[in-house]
Amino acid sequence: MKVTLHIWRQSRQSTKGDFAQDGRMVRYELDHVSADMSFLEMLDVLNEQLIHKGEEPVAFDHDCREGICGSCGVVIDGVPHGPERGTTTCQLHMRSFKDGAEIWVEPWRAAAFPVVRDLVVDRSSFDRVVQKGAFISVGTGAPQDANAIPVPKHDADRAFDAATCIGCGACVAACKNASAMLFVGAKVSHFMHLPQGRVEREQRARDLVAAMDREGFGNCTNQYECEAACPKEIPVRVIAEMNREFVRAKAVEEPASDKGTGGHG
Amino acid sequence: MKLDAKIPSGPIQDKWDTRRFDLKLVNPANKRKYKVLVVGSGLAGASAAASLAELGYQVECFCFQDSPRRAHSIAAQGGINAAKNYRNDGDSVWRLFYDTVKGGDFRAREANVYRLAQLSVNIIDQAVAQGVPFAREYGGLLDNRSFGGAQVSRTFYARGQTGQQLLLGAYASLSRQIGLGAVKMFPRTEMLDVVLVDGHAKGIVVRDLVTGEVRSHAGDAVVLATGGYGNVFYLSTNAKGCNVTATWRAHKRGAGFANPCYTQIHPTCIPVSGDHQSKLTLMSESLRNDGRVWVPKAAGDKRQPSEIPDDERDYYLERKYPSFGNLAPRDIASRAAMQVCDEGRGIGETGLGVFLDFRDSIKRLGKDAIAARYGNLFHMYAKITAEDPYSRPMRIFPAVHYTMGGLWVDYDLQSTIPGLFVLGEANFSDHGANRLGASALMQGLADGYFVIPYTVGGYLAGQKAGSVGSDRPEFASTVAGVQEMTRKLLSIQGKRTVDDFHKALGKIMWGKCGMARNEAGLQQALQEIPVLREEFWRDVRVLGSNESLNQSLEKAGRVADFLEFGELMCRDALERRESCGGHFREEWQDEGEARRDDENFCHAAVWEYQGEGKAPVRHEEPLAFENVHLAVRSYK
Ligand SMILES: Cc1cc2nc3c(=O)[nH]c(=O)nc-3n(C[C@H](O)[C@H](O)[C@H](O)COP(=O)(O)OP(=O)(O)OC[C@H]3O[C@@H](n4cnc5c(N)ncnc54)[C@H](O)[C@@H]3O)c2cc1C
Ligand code: FES
Repeated sequence: MKVTLHIWRQSRQSTKGDFAQDGRMVRYELDHVSADMSFLEMLDVLNEQLIHKGEEPVAFDHDCREGICGSCGVVIDGVPHGPERGTTTCQLHMRSFKDGAEIWVEPWRAAAFPVVRDLVVDRSSFDRVVQKGAFISVGTGAPQDANAIPVPKHDADRAFDAATCIGCGACVAACKNASAMLFVGAKVSHFMHLPQGRVEREQRARDLVAAMDREGFGNCTNQYECEAACPKEIPVRVIAEMNREFVRAKAVEEPASDKGTGGHG
Repeated sequence: MKLDAKIPSGPIQDKWDTRRFDLKLVNPANKRKYKVLVVGSGLAGASAAASLAELGYQVECFCFQDSPRRAHSIAAQGGINAAKNYRNDGDSVWRLFYDTVKGGDFRAREANVYRLAQLSVNIIDQAVAQGVPFAREYGGLLDNRSFGGAQVSRTFYARGQTGQQLLLGAYASLSRQIGLGAVKMFPRTEMLDVVLVDGHAKGIVVRDLVTGEVRSHAGDAVVLATGGYGNVFYLSTNAKGCNVTATWRAHKRGAGFANPCYTQIHPTCIPVSGDHQSKLTLMSESLRNDGRVWVPKAAGDKRQPSEIPDDERDYYLERKYPSFGNLAPRDIASRAAMQVCDEGRGIGETGLGVFLDFRDSIKRLGKDAIAARYGNLFHMYAKITAEDPYSRPMRIFPAVHYTMGGLWVDYDLQSTIPGLFVLGEANFSDHGANRLGASALMQGLADGYFVIPYTVGGYLAGQKAGSVGSDRPEFASTVAGVQEMTRKLLSIQGKRTVDDFHKALGKIMWGKCGMARNEAGLQQALQEIPVLREEFWRDVRVLGSNESLNQSLEKAGRVADFLEFGELMCRDALERRESCGGHFREEWQDEGEARRDDENFCHAAVWEYQGEGKAPVRHEEPLAFENVHLAVRSYK
């Protein structure tokens, strides 16, 4: 098959809040595309041709190409990760497009994700949020036997459904407010369903919400575009769960001894 | 090169206790004066960095992805072994030890394997405490499944995403330490050399992948947890970025490289679909719990699978290995698949494939039960092939998956360079000539959480903290060397792309140093690789500059190293004149079964670099089997 691509090219790193820079959409024609190719393999073919022509290849993040590392992710025809539901860009195949299709390819657009180059963005804001409390504070050592605390299967499954998040950022890219509520909600939900995670639940909710605001992610106005874009189909219930946890945390007075211990950085 | 494995004396059950007692300790107040550089943030690196920081050391951690959470470990699917014996089915530390030594075809170091089996139980406890949502039964206790090469059910799992969940656990611990300021994390940063001062590893040289800045970091010890080199074959199940650069460049600085020819071909991967193929996708071994492997009995039978009646199917694993059946170890299952394809009984358009069929288990357990166990894998298969594995058997074929070889390490996981420790898939480790399924996650985490915190301390106790700063001339000269290589790659401006060379190398390696190897083929590869390498340095085209994100430049450096490393692999395969585990030499076989030569090859081969254009020197670490007796490996 044959496709026409319009790809965002940008050679320099954006500064926060300013994503235009020298960026622009560039048009490429690509022939002999096989339906069995993944979207990224199609870009590989384009890049090989560009290099032969002496043009710099299109930069895009990717690694596992199995839909699990969360590296890849571009906006395809206005939709993060493209037209197939529950599918990362690397798992999207060209059979999802018609012969002769025109395809628009852009990076995630969000103030908290500045563009590094072409389709590559900087998602380190996600890492910084996690560092503020998306963990259980246990050090390496000899905790009790793994079966000492039974966890109802239903709870374990709920925790898993949230923990399956790959941190790709599609939820932010899909949201008109560039909110990270689905991502952060998934973290909160993962831990609140496990007995091990409940110990620090109030502190975690407070710290994560504060961190998310600090990074410049927007608010949630219940549009649920995030759920539709999530390649792992994380349900929006995690946002409701997080809101509940936050309200709960506000009701519980922050214990004086917690302040300034640095336990949550 | 002196190879002292430093195996503690005494009975095998006590060795690790003995060692831990003998290792010197660093006074808690002094720990913060020492800095440890951890390269890699996969299971091994993240667990090591977090654990060392918790002890009080200053830690700097590096990875080439944009976040430590994306290390290749994230892709592990099936599970992690531990000798918990929660099933009451006869498991024990001793049995896991025995299975691993046997599975590795008696080419691993007993003492290390025993320690691994001992520590396996702590890993599960640790992970559960971190909130890893392992699969559970209705009673709330942990569930297990079976994996190849074992007759007990000891594999813990989190659907088909066990690596993801374990890595997120380690990443959470690492993130906590980053938040506390105890670990400084450097993502999108690639290590390109080790700095040696007075023979000790005291720093690394890195390139910032966004700005192109090349700089050095000084430390009191260096830990490499940089993963495996399966991508030397170009096509493998590894993530695209997996490479040999860190370990290869350490090798060129004096670290012995052990058993580079030991590579694992995994029996169940999705077959290649065309020239555009950029990587191969694994279908977890756990599927063999419920899937049955077969091909038609008659060669050239091109009927639809559903039209082939049972008595015209050959369930060849069940036939050949009745006691292990579909759960025969990987090396054996892969070779058996290759054999039936060689006989013309392979399926699919290319004839390079076999069926993995869930018909019977769906009939027995129902579709829902199968979906609960393997849903994400079935989904992935359907995405890639556009076929529905619930109604039609999967088509699978062997693919390069894991590398047992790696930098040689002693019992303390220290390489032949003092102060340079190597963990996880990057070391030559505990799996001998063949790794059993669900044992890599176990090894990476045992190394990182439970071994390195002790053994690095033992080394540091003998070193003055912060004794070497990056003002030493060794740092500037190493930086200059790296800058020179980058400049050279950018200046060639030839005609062929980096991928083009990588594919060409992969073809040579797969054809001549892949599933089956022989003297003539290896000799030929040893002629072809230097020619290709020479052409690379003359004709590669790397566009762009050093001063910005340049993915071609990153790849070029990695492929340049593969082009050197591939030669060492072939050399190692040539010199190992026996068949063992994943290393199958056609000259040494009994009707397709590997024939080991314990008299001459019961050792680890350790290669010492001699400089460009010079033949490396092969050393041997003899392997003694005092607890598991050397025997012909049988799964019949
Ligand atoms: C598809 C697949 C499925 C698997 N499933 C299982 C399973 O079910 N059970 C099991 O036990 N094993 C499994 N394995 C094997 C297992 O996943 C790996 O062996 C293991 O995760 C390796 O961990 P590691 O920490 O050693 O390295 P990796 O996870 O590969 O991490 C390497 C790290 O080093 C960094 N790095 C590398 N080079 C450099 C450099 N030059 N500079 C800076 N950083 C660098 C990377 O950024 C990364 O952070 C599977 C493997 C694959 C491919
Ligand atoms: S490349 Fe890993 S999720 Fe797409």
